[in-house]
Amino acid sequence: MSDKNKPDVSPEHLRYLRKVKRKKQIILITQIALLVLFFAFWELVAEIGLIDPFISSQPSRIIRTIGDLYKNGQLFNHVGVTCVETVLGFVFGTLIGILVAVILWWSDFLEKVLEPYLVVLNSLPKIALGPIFIVWIGAGPLAIVVIAMTISVVVTILEVLNGFLGVDNDKIKLVKTFGASKIQILTKVVLPSSLPVMVNALKVSVGLSWVGVIVGEFLVSKAGLGYLIVYGGQVFQLDLVMASVIILATAAFLMYRMVAWLEKLVVKSK
Amino acid sequence: MNYVVSVRNLGMKYHSLNGEIDALHDINFSVSEGEFISIVGPSGCGKSTLLLLIAGLMVPTSGEILMDGKPVSETSDKVGYMLQKDHLFEWRTIYQNVVLGPEIRGTLNSETKEYALKLLDTYGLYEFKDKYPSQLSGGMRQRAALIRTLVAKPQILLLDEAFSALDYQTRLAVTEDIYSIIKKENKTAILVTHDISEGISMADRIIVLTKRPATIKSIHDIKLSCANRTPLSSREAPEFREYFNKIWKELDIYV
Repeated sequence: MSDKNKPDVSPEHLRYLRKVKRKKQIILITQIALLVLFFAFWELVAEIGLIDPFISSQPSRIIRTIGDLYKNGQLFNHVGVTCVETVLGFVFGTLIGILVAVILWWSDFLEKVLEPYLVVLNSLPKIALGPIFIVWIGAGPLAIVVIAMTISVVVTILEVLNGFLGVDNDKIKLVKTFGASKIQILTKVVLPSSLPVMVNALKVSVGLSWVGVIVGEFLVSKAGLGYLIVYGGQVFQLDLVMASVIILATAAFLMYRMVAWLEKLVVKSK
Repeated sequence: MNYVVSVRNLGMKYHSLNGEIDALHDINFSVSEGEFISIVGPSGCGKSTLLLLIAGLMVPTSGEILMDGKPVSETSDKVGYMLQKDHLFEWRTIYQNVVLGPEIRGTLNSETKEYALKLLDTYGLYEFKDKYPSQLSGGMRQRAALIRTLVAKPQILLLDEAFSALDYQTRLAVTEDIYSIIKKENKTAILVTHDISEGISMADRIIVLTKRPATIKSIHDIKLSCANRTPLSSREAPEFREYFNKIWKELDIYV
């Protein structure tokens, strides 16, 4: 809004804007400095022998490990497998979750009948179902995706359904006076006004999907960052474990930023 | 005489696990074409229920409502409903909001589109047609909401506390605005309000309801001696205060 009246900004306002901008910069610089200091300290104490790099690893060794993984072509294979599984997990989790929420919104009876089951499913740690899926589907990427999806789908159902039921009744009354059918109420009012809720559910799902995929890879132990972590732990190669965790953190952060960007896009288009 | 709406022996009961609530009891009145009716009554007396019944959004327990001589059984395009808030959809532009009625009814064609644009033009919102509701002022939003109602070409407008969500000054201005549009379009209207002054300032007739179960306490023909009657000029008419005092006493409100 303020962009339009840029020509006539008072010096006081300019000073204020500069102050806000400087504060933002200082925060960013501190954040980066904190990260650099942490790794520098880690490297230093390992180098002078205060901690044992065999157990705690060391940034330089982590970088070397990542370089090795890259050289023998394993890096992108493992990262790719984990990322694809995660994306499939949260995309299907969200889509199926929204679909089920629509069905439950449509049928009040079904919603009442299924309510206690949803509550149980929600409080059950879905990880416990992992071995069952692996037996049913086989120890492979599909089982991992299903585990990830199961974790995010229940939360999505509950959250999105809550959003649907929270839509202003007067808005529904309004379209009813225009003679709207139930499907029109859904498409013209309920879905568009719940868009922010759905994007928020997606955001939650992304985090949960990572949990599901990593645990799935622990169990299946064939490929992916979860596999590298569990393998590195078993052969006591902490460099590999730490390297995988750092790659994982980076990937999770980037994916979160992508979803946040998507959210901004959706909110903006409103 | 041909009435747009006639309400006959209307009764309405709500059912809940705690028992039944007698909302309306033996309501009778008729509205002629072009007439502006205000309904006032104590809060919670069932005023809004009455509008919901006329709109066909609920089925009465007893009695019937005739619209153009035919009993009301479901929602019809003869009725335009305006609620307390404008309820413009934030994700639609003003134009898209305004054509919501025809879009839902499946009658969105070049004729209805043109009519919508014409109304937007007549009432000064044409240049805002591609803006989103959040970019409009409260008064303009309410005007857009009225246009959305008018685009569906209703014979009768039902205004359910249509101005209560606005602050007092805006409300006076919007009342003035909406009233002039309704008169210009020559629409019949029923306004439900808890604000006696607002009711008198717009109405040709005022129906006073009692506490629940609501029955009709009295009906007043509002005759004000002022030229070019508008809601604001009505408030200055010498009779205004008399009507106000009479209705206030009839409402019999104690705290």
